[in-house]
Amino acid sequence: MKLPPFEYAAPATLDEAIALLAASGGTAKALSGGQSLMPVLAFRLASPSLLVDLRKIPGLDRIDIDAQGVKIGARVRWRDILDDARLRTAFPLLPAAISHTAHYQIRNRGTVGGSLAHADPAAEMPGIAVACDAQLVIAGSTGRRTVAAADFFTGALSTVLADDELIVEVRFPAWPTARRWAFEEFAMRRGDFALAGIAAWYDLDSGGRATNTHIGVIGACTRPQRLAKAEAALNGKAVDAAAILSAAKAATESLDPPGDLHASAAYRRSLAGTLLERALQRASS
Amino acid sequence: MGAEEGFVASVVGTPVKRIEDQRLLRGKGEYVDDLHPEGLLHAAILRSTVAHGRIVSINVKAALAMPGVRGVFTGEDIARDSGGSVPIVSLRLAPLPELEPFGQPVIANGKVRCVGEPLAVVVADTAGLAEDALEAIEVEIESLPVVPDRKASATNEILLFENLGRNSPITYTAAKGDAAAAFARAPYTRKESFRVQRHSAVCMEPRGVLAVWDGAATKMTVSGAAKVPFAGRRILARHMDLPEECVDLIESDVGGGFGVRGEFYCEDFLIPFVARKLNRPVKWIEDRRENLLTSNHSREIDIDIEIACEKDGTIVGLRGHAWVDAGAYLRTSAAIPPRNVAQFLSGPYKIANIHVDSSVMLTNKNPIGTYRGPGRFEGDFFRERLVDMAAKDLGIDRVEMRRRNLPTDADMPYPLATLNFPEKKEELDSGDYNITLDRCLAEIKWAEKAPLQGKPDADGRYHGLGIGCFIEGGAAGPRENARMVVDPDGYVSVFVGSTSIGQGLVTVSVQIASDALGVSMDRIRFYHGSTTYLKEGFGSFHSRSVVMGGSAILDAAKNLKAAIRKAAAARLNCAESDVTVGAGLAASQGARTIPLADLAKDGLSVEGTFANHHHTYAYGSAAAHVTVDPRTGRVELLEYVTVEDVGRIINPLTTNGQAVGAVVQGLGGTMMEHLQYDEHGQFLTGSLADYLLPTATDFPNIRAIVLENSPSPNNPLGTKGAGEGGIVPVGGVIANAVANALSSLKAEPRELPLSPPKIWALIQQPSA
Ligand SMILES: Cc1cc2nc3c(=O)[nH]c(=O)nc-3n(C[C@H](O)[C@H](O)[C@H](O)COP(=O)(O)OP(=O)(O)OC[C@H]3O[C@@H](n4cnc5c(N)ncnc54)[C@H](O)[C@@H]3O)c2cc1C
Repeated sequence: MKLPPFEYAAPATLDEAIALLAASGGTAKALSGGQSLMPVLAFRLASPSLLVDLRKIPGLDRIDIDAQGVKIGARVRWRDILDDARLRTAFPLLPAAISHTAHYQIRNRGTVGGSLAHADPAAEMPGIAVACDAQLVIAGSTGRRTVAAADFFTGALSTVLADDELIVEVRFPAWPTARRWAFEEFAMRRGDFALAGIAAWYDLDSGGRATNTHIGVIGACTRPQRLAKAEAALNGKAVDAAAILSAAKAATESLDPPGDLHASAAYRRSLAGTLLERALQRASS
Repeated sequence: MGAEEGFVASVVGTPVKRIEDQRLLRGKGEYVDDLHPEGLLHAAILRSTVAHGRIVSINVKAALAMPGVRGVFTGEDIARDSGGSVPIVSLRLAPLPELEPFGQPVIANGKVRCVGEPLAVVVADTAGLAEDALEAIEVEIESLPVVPDRKASATNEILLFENLGRNSPITYTAAKGDAAAAFARAPYTRKESFRVQRHSAVCMEPRGVLAVWDGAATKMTVSGAAKVPFAGRRILARHMDLPEECVDLIESDVGGGFGVRGEFYCEDFLIPFVARKLNRPVKWIEDRRENLLTSNHSREIDIDIEIACEKDGTIVGLRGHAWVDAGAYLRTSAAIPPRNVAQFLSGPYKIANIHVDSSVMLTNKNPIGTYRGPGRFEGDFFRERLVDMAAKDLGIDRVEMRRRNLPTDADMPYPLATLNFPEKKEELDSGDYNITLDRCLAEIKWAEKAPLQGKPDADGRYHGLGIGCFIEGGAAGPRENARMVVDPDGYVSVFVGSTSIGQGLVTVSVQIASDALGVSMDRIRFYHGSTTYLKEGFGSFHSRSVVMGGSAILDAAKNLKAAIRKAAAARLNCAESDVTVGAGLAASQGARTIPLADLAKDGLSVEGTFANHHHTYAYGSAAAHVTVDPRTGRVELLEYVTVEDVGRIINPLTTNGQAVGAVVQGLGGTMMEHLQYDEHGQFLTGSLADYLLPTATDFPNIRAIVLENSPSPNNPLGTKGAGEGGIVPVGGVIANAVANALSSLKAEPRELPLSPPKIWALIQQPSA
């Protein structure tokens, strides 16, 4: 469990960091909070030639909130999100979800960019990004591009990110205060990766019916995704017990989760349905 | 029997704060990895990634050529230096000649039989360089079909040891009365199958070995020893072909023992071997993955079990067959879980007719050993579940059913089943077991909570109560030794063969020595464990340190007081019988006193010993109140109470701490911990992200009540081993509470762990 040998650089600018990644021909890795990368190295599951530490690059640790929405820099840590009182009204779903992310010590180091790039299917941040139509701003040798979260994750631990690209920030659209929402997660112990988690939100139309419903799932899937059928089951309906049950049913039917040593596929599927039910009960009450 | 004459309990029985904590909390502890002798090299071990196979070749050339690498050793190298064959680690406890051949070669030579088995040792300037070099070793292993579980083992189709012709080294039998006749006669019988999953103690500090060879003095000094340093020395000396006097094992501070640390493992030979070979100090510190993969596993037992009762709930017979998945080899303590599960299956209950077989089954997994409450945790789960089921069938309240079968003072001593190979008779020593049961029910407010049983609350979570009873064996013989010396400053140095594995040994031993000598605690210096302190010692296991070590301290104190009287009488010119010892530092007769410091010049040094083959039996009851969320399968523990009578409490703080800690450890094994392999013998739980341990916040509401109503007649202190009892009933108690909660859903747990997915699955497929 000693790290394999590697070179280390802590460039002062984003451009330098990208240049280092590009020059390595795919053998270098960005280092942010290290809470996922270091265990990978300790188990010698990867041995990059160079670690490009992002800690000296200015401007990546900002949380900006305006009428357009919320912009969160790649180096923002979980604790920054939890400590930012503005987010509790400007984007309440995010801190609610991130309060389930890992443990105290890890939350002091783990970052938004690292989590998005690592793309664990049970991680909260990728789930919220997908469930909330987030856009990821990515910088690389050939310039910047913006990718919708829904298109960013391609599978478990895999994304569209190229070797010489870095996530710069994630942008969330503005959050109306009247929005109904809830986050529900189930993990073996508090702070463990979720066996399943559900982020659910909708707006109410003038008749008190759900509209613009977004339901995102983590854990019970190979990548964070939205559950279109469950969303359809709610849109245009009053969110009552019957609607909730039909949405939960649609969710379980549309899920095909993997089983692993912690839980079977059947359990995760059922759990996701239960969590959706509970999330919608909370959101609607 | 009371304590020895002249022993006045003054600090014994009081909540003295742990002496050892001052040092540990200030960061002054010294663990093996804190030692950095001049010229130190570091070892890393290449381990098999194949569960069963024949070694075709191991090429270490490239590794040897790497910078900083000082040596690479394989099985062939070690065999060459060890008289042609690789030394074998075999049974330390309950050895039998027919079990010897199933021992583990300290390094694979020819065959590998489990993932994690050592293939080569690399020694380098740093641990990182040593690990780098591991990757340069080329290994070719021809895979063989794998024995993944005890059922495949029983067919003998694939053999781990081809030359031995079978995968099951032994079947133990524990018997009493005539079980066949009792079952034929009984109006009620029930047969069940249960299983406990593979799990084990996971110490915060992994194992570590530092070996220093002094060629000129022919001396091998090994630090990092724990639990049984004298036994370790004996094994190491034999394998290194050295006289025992040329080997010392030094006890370091340890971050957890629990039965797992301190047994003799492969590395306990390999590191001294390479240190002697290279003539340099060598250290190896186990990493967490190695710790989970190679430290002793335990607990993987399943059983077919049958109970026979009268209509009134009197248990008249217990029989069954337990199958112990022992992994690939029989190491030092491997015989204990299979022996215990058979002998202690009846636990605290009076059962006249017993026949339990327990088969040791080899599989291509890491070897097993003892883990706190070995065989007893498993046996309690099996038995307490069955008692609940029988009570339900018979329409008897499950508390009443237990009360009807628990022994009282009038039954003592009460014989347990006798174990064969080698024969071992056991009897419960003292106690009225209903007292702990009643106290436990009162503490958890059983009657008040009873109406909640099986009912859902507003959140849809079902409430359940569980109860279980247990015994805890202690005081393994044959002896323990102590030595006492009056130091020049008049302080008394006490040396014992017991070892400190975090259980508060120093504190309780000094309490005993203080009262026995009449010398205040702060004037006693205490040394333990290392082979340099005594001629012979036995260590800490089987909850023996207070009973055996403490009684040896009493004996040494008696001898020291006699020596002081003799020396003082000579100085004071009076009869020895006129001298009294105590009151701090002086010996006095009439008005005249001599400070002990003055007498120290006379060379006051004595030894004491306590020999004993009678075990102590602490006993108790535990109860739990849980809720179960049937949708997620989550069990929430609202309250847990354990009540145990330990004969005599030396220190209520440490006894309580042992009980609560043991309960939490048991809850881990009951609800989350599981060492998992796939069908190819590949290990799946090599990190603490996959092997789930309870954390400080998981189980906040646990209480331990420790009683001292029934002293043991088997030792002068009247005390009983008390380090393991807390863990023993946890699986049964929680499973009974879950069954109680889910009674309307007909979900009867028959397997641990009671993880949310398992409970959910149980609810999906209800049974009787
Ligand atoms: C015990 C434990 C429990 C945990 N539990 C949870 C949990 O419940 N939920 C959860 O979501 N996470 C959990 N985590 C993971 C944790 O949140 C990590 O911090 C996070 O996933 C990665 O963030 P990081 O900043 O540490 O990234 P690093 O470990 O530094 O990097 C992770 C990966 O991202 C890449 N990377 C980093 N930054 C960038 C960037 N700006 N652009 C492109 N690539 C980048 C790295 O090259 C690397 O491949 C847990 C971790 C541990 C150790």
